[in-house]
Amino acid sequence: MANVTKNRPLSPHLQVYRFIPTMAMSIMHRITGGALYFGMILVAAWLIAAASGEEAFNQANALFGSLVGQIILFGFTWALLHHLLGGLRHIMWDLGYGFEKEFATRLAKANLAGSIALTVLVWLVVILVR
Amino acid sequence: MDMRTPLGKVRGLGSAKSGTDHFWKVRTTSVALVPLVLFYVVFLIMYVGRPYAEVVGALANPFVAAINALTVLATVVHMRLGMEEVIQDYIHNEGVKVVLLILNASFSLLIGGLCLIAVLKIAFAG
Repeated sequence: MANVTKNRPLSPHLQVYRFIPTMAMSIMHRITGGALYFGMILVAAWLIAAASGEEAFNQANALFGSLVGQIILFGFTWALLHHLLGGLRHIMWDLGYGFEKEFATRLAKANLAGSIALTVLVWLVVILVR
Repeated sequence: MDMRTPLGKVRGLGSAKSGTDHFWKVRTTSVALVPLVLFYVVFLIMYVGRPYAEVVGALANPFVAAINALTVLATVVHMRLGMEEVIQDYIHNEGVKVVLLILNASFSLLIGGLCLIAVLKIAFAG
């Protein structure tokens, strides 16, 4: 028994499957989740700066407003929206819907397209109101 | 003959050692975070680049502060559980896994504590 279990391949075995959209978006969901995990450092930093006073707040804003800061925030926005849309797909599956192959594949592609479109939209609005 | 029930046989197995509690908390926090995060995005769009007094004034609004605090709480639970799953999936060495799980819990709680204190300080002290 022990020997049988040992020689058995462990499940998700990336190398043996053909790369498909649902798979790519599953991986992206994890990666964006991990990025958001560490991105929370930025949220904490901004909130603490705001709580610390005007000088700290302006310093934090200058950092976030720099080119590197803006690129990171753009990535943050995309990761957040991608993970959010991916989460909605997971909720749908948890409720028992959307397992049809073609539909799931289309939705995986829509997840990526939607997250990019929404990110650009959010930033356009930000630029317009600023 | 094994007298244990099927449930008793499988209880405590698997890399996580527990069952649906983890799954359920991830899902409930994710559902809560959908409106909370959307509120946050709209809030940031409205207040990006605004002067200090205006932003802090908005953050001090009781409704905004309450939503902020709830977002922080839901996020802490969600991020901790999410990273826990990743660690349990990819780290097979038991010792390393335990250390990383403790680091994960500590980091999540630290982030949560810092965010919460900042939100409450702004709400109460401006």
